[in-house]
Amino acid sequence: MQSVDSHLFLIVGAALFSIGLAVVLLKRHAIVVLMGIELMLNAVNINLVAFSQYDPDRIQGQMLALFVMVVAAAESAVALAIVLQVYRHFRTAQLDELNELRQ
Amino acid sequence: MIQLAFYGFAALTLVSALAVLLTRNVMYAAFFLLLTLLGVAGLFVLASADFLAVAQIMIYVGGVLVLVIFGVMLTSKAGSGTNTDSQRPNQIPSPNRIGNSWGMALLVSGGVFVALYTLLARASFALLNQPVGWESTIRTVGRQLMTEYIVPFEIVGILLLAALVGATYLASNRLTR
Repeated sequence: MQSVDSHLFLIVGAALFSIGLAVVLLKRHAIVVLMGIELMLNAVNINLVAFSQYDPDRIQGQMLALFVMVVAAAESAVALAIVLQVYRHFRTAQLDELNELRQ
Repeated sequence: MIQLAFYGFAALTLVSALAVLLTRNVMYAAFFLLLTLLGVAGLFVLASADFLAVAQIMIYVGGVLVLVIFGVMLTSKAGSGTNTDSQRPNQIPSPNRIGNSWGMALLVSGGVFVALYTLLARASFALLNQPVGWESTIRTVGRQLMTEYIVPFEIVGILLLAALVGATYLASNRLTR
């Protein structure tokens, strides 16, 4: 079975990383910014997996991608809890309007 | 055939990622993120990482995305109806400096993409010329988790436990009273 050229995986990963970066920079809703971070983590995972298929004995890239996924799940759980508290405090989740530190 | 499937999954991933960028509704962004994660799972299968594809679907689509949708629904204002006015809390407002902001962000992310693309086009990885095999990685993943990666495995388990306990404590109502 003929495989896919791995450069294409790397290019798709680069494009996905750029789109995730644009989402993080542009959007003002806190949850959408978290989605952009997830997109960037997925782009990195694509790169790791694309290189890992040439290493079938140790698959170090896939192991690292697995740990990245677990850390991303933990990160999103904590971040969404923080967003929830921020929403309860400020009654908004738009990052532009969170501009005071006092109670 | 494999090439066709690859281009299909790559197009699904990139188009729905662009839709996450361009849509103005947070709920639509969450559903487009679902499509993106499914496309990434398909790319994992085509890169002969079958265990990771299933883990991607279970962790992201089954866990993270449900959390995100709960977050979207909990941070929208109460008193929702069917008219468009009640959906405004989910809308991303457009500030008056929108042109400037979009220009700067697209400059930065487009610059990152152009830099990465030229780097990848010029690079010649000796590794990528080797033949690849199509075999299941589940046995290797299990063996590696129990031998070479046993310490990171235990550490990441403790990290996940601590993060989930901390998240439930943070999200509880006690902090606000």
